[in-house]
Amino acid sequence: MLSLEKIANAVHTWLYQHFDETWALLFEFVIVGVMVITLFAVLGLVLVLMERKVSSWMQLRLGPNRIGPGGMFQTVADTLKLIVKEGMTPKNVDRLLFNMAPFLAIIVSMVIMAPIMFDKGFQIWDINIGVLFVTAVSSLSIISILMGGWASNNKYSLLGAMRSGAQIVSYELSAGLSILTIVVLTGSLRISDIIEAQQTGWWIFKGHIPAIISFVIFIIASTAETNRAPFDLAEAESELTAGFHTEYSGMKFALFFLAEYVNIFVVCAIGATLFLGGWMPFHIGNWTQFNNIMDWIPSSVWFFGKAFLLIFVIMWFRWTFPRLRIDQLLNLEWRYLLPVSMFNLLLVTIIAIAGWHF
Amino acid sequence: MYRETEVLQSVPGTDEMVINVGPQHPSTHGVLHLVLTIDGEKVKKVEPHLGYIHRSIEKMCESLTYRQFIYTTSRMDYLAAHINNHACAMCVEKGLQLKVPQRAQYIRVIMDELTRIASHCLWWGSVAMDCGAVTPFFLAFREREMINTIMEETCGARLTMNYMVPGGVMADIHPNFQRSVKDFIAHFKTKIDEYDELVTGNIIFESRLKKVGMLSKEDAISYGCTGPTARGSGVHCDVRKLYPYEVYDKVQFNEILQTGCDSYARYLVRLAELRESMSIIDQLIDNIPEGDFQAKTKAVLKLPKGEFYSRVETPRGELGVYIVSEGGTTPYRIKFRSPGFSNLSALDHMTRGQKIGDLVAIMGTLDLVIPDIDR
Repeated sequence: MLSLEKIANAVHTWLYQHFDETWALLFEFVIVGVMVITLFAVLGLVLVLMERKVSSWMQLRLGPNRIGPGGMFQTVADTLKLIVKEGMTPKNVDRLLFNMAPFLAIIVSMVIMAPIMFDKGFQIWDINIGVLFVTAVSSLSIISILMGGWASNNKYSLLGAMRSGAQIVSYELSAGLSILTIVVLTGSLRISDIIEAQQTGWWIFKGHIPAIISFVIFIIASTAETNRAPFDLAEAESELTAGFHTEYSGMKFALFFLAEYVNIFVVCAIGATLFLGGWMPFHIGNWTQFNNIMDWIPSSVWFFGKAFLLIFVIMWFRWTFPRLRIDQLLNLEWRYLLPVSMFNLLLVTIIAIAGWHF
Repeated sequence: MYRETEVLQSVPGTDEMVINVGPQHPSTHGVLHLVLTIDGEKVKKVEPHLGYIHRSIEKMCESLTYRQFIYTTSRMDYLAAHINNHACAMCVEKGLQLKVPQRAQYIRVIMDELTRIASHCLWWGSVAMDCGAVTPFFLAFREREMINTIMEETCGARLTMNYMVPGGVMADIHPNFQRSVKDFIAHFKTKIDEYDELVTGNIIFESRLKKVGMLSKEDAISYGCTGPTARGSGVHCDVRKLYPYEVYDKVQFNEILQTGCDSYARYLVRLAELRESMSIIDQLIDNIPEGDFQAKTKAVLKLPKGEFYSRVETPRGELGVYIVSEGGTTPYRIKFRSPGFSNLSALDHMTRGQKIGDLVAIMGTLDLVIPDIDR
């Protein structure tokens, strides 16, 4: 059975046998860095292609089908085009902030990868405040959007950035509260503990209706946090042309674009970890035969399968719903989602104290 | 062109910002230029700034003969080329006191209604796109494509058909015409429910359109709004009912009126008109009489001295054609009363105090076609 944990451990022991501690650690940093960047590139390519295929499937089209089998290399070609394109910096922009913003966006989505558990025992950093780390770092992504919007010296960009500021700050609250329900149930912020606690069943099944409510709220809030339709007011193509990245072109635009897709992956990975058991296989009570078959599937496949299922749901939203208006967006959060998730947290706390969950 | 808002960046002493929407902008469906004064997200003033695609069609028509000038009008409201041509042909026929054969009248009305369906389909897709949903656009184009294919068979063109000529239609219908129209109607009857399922009942879509872009009945009349825009405010203004032309007095159909006065009412009017158009075609398609498709006319048409006016109902409202003739082979003066122009004039009134997102949704429900406004 493919286990990333064994490979990682083998590399780790080999490095520490052959080099002294400082060098071994340094090599590990380099390996991890290269792997994160590779994952980034692969995710970007796969998710963009997936989005185009999903949208074309919903819109009675074929989607990209010329480059490679089934259009598989379309995104490679797109990336090549963006790389050779001139990275324009318009006149009268704040050069430092303008050029820094896309890099900040990409750095934030890289850092956020650290505590995600891709496989059993395969994780960059098993920090004891893992979930808090994720929510804290994901808040930083707004800074890059505000920076880009402000520095562009363009009214459309400014409007987009301001919208996005109001939106992300609001929706972080209910995303945070719905994450907290799982923390309350588990009693730990550490990602590996949260997954271990789902050994007997995923939280979405074990936590009764409150867990389902917080799962739904989490999906809505994270769609809003990643600026995806129906909450794509920061971009709002029909209103603000391209919103905060109107003035960006070439690779700088591509970085924003990549960061958006990686952020989708990250929120879906967090959602899969918290509610759907991360790498835990799907088990049904005492159906031993069935459970054995499920165990046979590698745990990394389980993790990525769940994450991609959630990604598909978020893409489904985008190609189905119209966009909300800014006041409706804020109303939805402050008048409906936040009170509901607060009450839900209270309910989950009672359940956890009384031990009513399975 | 006259432009009231002189300031380009911001209004001094306030937080207001002046922003140009268009001429190149994804949601203006063409090249409409709006000068927008906004306070944050709130729209303070909207000024349509016309002239970007002015082609002086009216002036051009003065040097074209009565047969030729009709072709330029296909380029006005390009989504309803048939109906523009129809209005002009009717005006010339009025001048010549020409009797159009029954067969031609039936064909004209069927073509008009097919055009209306195609135009409303495109509008349905684009209003959803203005609200941020992309998928409906493709569904709408599936149906529009079928109509375009029917048009291509009979008229040889898909967009600027130039099929209506003074005295009738340019050529007889294609042998497949009746069958393919019936196929289309049968297909569309199943698909229009899909439109309702996907968009009409959607809670986000409803909240985007309801109580947005209010236009009271009095305002609709005073701004000269016509078509679905006015009928959404309860104004009885369907030219097909008020001044029936061709065979519209022989078919049974309802004038759709809504009293919501908001964007959603306009949306419902257009959606219901799709069903009405289908029923009109249903009634006519099997009863096209035999006979000539064109009345006998002279090679060179000369209108007697005088003034002639004809009006038709386009998908956007009332299109009027006014010809002043001095008795020659070319018109002395031509004036088109285009529906989009008067509907656009109400935009500022409807949008003040609303959000930027609403502006786009309101423009969508007005169904503006810019070359029609800016001839």
